Amino acid sequence: MSNIVVDKSKVPWWVSNVIVPLVNLTLALLVSGLFVFIAGENPIEAVKLIIYGSFGYIQGFAYTLYYTTNFIFTGLAFAVAFHCRLFNIGGEGQAYIGGLGVFLVAINLSFLPVPIVWLLAIFGAFLFGAAWAYIPAYLQSKRGSHVVITTIMFNFIASSLMIFLLVDVIRDTNQMAPHTVKLPEEIWLPSFEAFSGILGIKIRYSPLNLTFLLAIASLFFVWFLVWKTKWGYEMRAVGHNTQAAIYAGISPHKNIIIAMCISGGLAGLLGVNEILGVSHKIQAGFPAGYGFTGIAVALMGRNHPIGILPAAFLFGILYQGGSEVTFEMPNITRYMFVAVQGLIILFSGALENLFRPQIESFFVRRLNREVNA
Amino acid sequence: MEFLSDIASLINSTLRISTPLVFAAMAGIFAERSGVIDFSLEGKMLMAAFVAAVGSYYLGNPWLGLLLAIIVCVCLSMLHGFASVTHKGDQVVSCVAINILIIGLTTALAAAWFGQAGLTPTLNEDQRFLEIHLPFADALRDIPVIGTLYSDILSGHYVFVYLAYLSVPLVFWIVFKTSFGLRLRAVGENPSAVDTAGINVFTMRYKALAINGVLIAFAGAHLSTAVNANFFREMSAGRGYLALAAMIFGKWHPKTALIACLLFGFTDALQIRLQGVELPVIGEIPVQLIQALPYILTVVLLAGFVGKAIAPNAIGQPYIKER
Repeated sequence: MSNIVVDKSKVPWWVSNVIVPLVNLTLALLVSGLFVFIAGENPIEAVKLIIYGSFGYIQGFAYTLYYTTNFIFTGLAFAVAFHCRLFNIGGEGQAYIGGLGVFLVAINLSFLPVPIVWLLAIFGAFLFGAAWAYIPAYLQSKRGSHVVITTIMFNFIASSLMIFLLVDVIRDTNQMAPHTVKLPEEIWLPSFEAFSGILGIKIRYSPLNLTFLLAIASLFFVWFLVWKTKWGYEMRAVGHNTQAAIYAGISPHKNIIIAMCISGGLAGLLGVNEILGVSHKIQAGFPAGYGFTGIAVALMGRNHPIGILPAAFLFGILYQGGSEVTFEMPNITRYMFVAVQGLIILFSGALENLFRPQIESFFVRRLNREVNA
Repeated sequence: MEFLSDIASLINSTLRISTPLVFAAMAGIFAERSGVIDFSLEGKMLMAAFVAAVGSYYLGNPWLGLLLAIIVCVCLSMLHGFASVTHKGDQVVSCVAINILIIGLTTALAAAWFGQAGLTPTLNEDQRFLEIHLPFADALRDIPVIGTLYSDILSGHYVFVYLAYLSVPLVFWIVFKTSFGLRLRAVGENPSAVDTAGINVFTMRYKALAINGVLIAFAGAHLSTAVNANFFREMSAGRGYLALAAMIFGKWHPKTALIACLLFGFTDALQIRLQGVELPVIGEIPVQLIQALPYILTVVLLAGFVGKAIAPNAIGQPYIKER
């Protein structure tokens, strides 16, 4: 199987970057269908429900874009670190702590003019997320402790820390549940229905809000940072070949720290969407697995913003359509979609070379024939 | 005497809590010594817990549940090998995929088959492992020291506890005293040299992963068919990662890994006891901080404040045979 040798320079870009990922995605979805069947439901009906739930009505589509927002942040977070060959699977914890940053800034500075509060809150989210990623980064670069284990541990620690804060320190003392008070309404980010209200269209509630534009801006930010700056080049050099980078005078330590901090900061921005945009308070466990989904998003999008956008959108469809499925099919719970993520990571990450040689050589031979004919 | 029996029960729970960690660390040693990173211990442990509980519920015998768990875990190890050994995919990505897949799949299937909460049905006495009382444990209990040692610490554990501690010398013997072990270590250190000697690197790595799958199945079965009588969502709670940290801290060596596992077990046993207790000077420690102790300890140990760990040389690199 691996005996097929393909001249990489002859493979058109769209074969390796579009066709192969689509084949891998299809495989993952076929196996997912099998799981749905094992759970006792009809996979084709499930697909119909997913498409209806995510596209069938405007409110559903708004939900899809709301999920997309979260996945852009966590997907970019994983991708930035990955370019430095760091596996930041602590997006979950960094997003959690990022949420704390948003809330603390917003509640304490709410007397400032509204757009300034927003900017500072975004900065707070980034800073807190980055700080939570700093320690694993430091330990990786200075002590060689594997970032996968430390970031996972930091997820557990973040969860304990936040529960402690939500129960004993920043809880809304008028009630018992572990969440804070609501932020003052003036500083909430404008929602989608407020926008469409201006345009004269009335739609029902959806969590989609202005943060979506921040997510799109982040895509450009990451593209510029990683591919157009000196730092981005240095970081990729460290990731690609640490020894060569050292000989070129590039410090791996500095780049590992910066890559992880930017990664953590991007994950922290999830807090802007969830707290400034949607729930306006910190609730226990609000990152709800978005951090882990970011891994699948990034790997499917081949760690490039251009790929991450459609991948995040696809996961938005799966999440929003998935909630439609769990509503209609009693045997399917949202955990089925966690399994689907696992399959997508498996097929588009670990097994990405499963059929790559065959597909590439197929297209190379066909193109050669056209040239010769 | 009160104090002595407190100590005895602390040691007793340390041994019990460390058991899945010991199995997982030994499983990790096989994979990583052969040059394959295995973060998927966490997922495999969870899968074993699920399969053992479901298997034992339907087949009525915990040993059959364990057997099924072993089969499924070996398959998962083979999947990891297929992705990362045969297809040279990224080993960490493969592990992350397996972990996320299993977290989702186990809970989704438990919910689909047994109801919404993601629990499997409670096993009755025939369907689970029971504590083994060693002979004469009751008769010897009143003898000072020896009685406590034998009756309160050594006796009254689940079969897995004894197997876990027996597996440590066995793993040591296999890895360091047999020709298979020599080849295993060589494949992890310098695969091309092993290849030159006419040994198939891929076959060796698959064999190591198969043993890894068998060992990790015991850890999962211990969780769901011995200490608990059912499977519940994410019941492995990071133990796979803790075991991996223990293995790294133990420098990929069974004996030192065992000590690190016991240290984790002890911290865990202690944290259960510390909850809600007023300590002198500090006062009552928040329960969340106490629960986070094993995770904080992992970070501290991995930071290598007690010495730097050196991994097998070829770890994480797929072997590419030259033509």
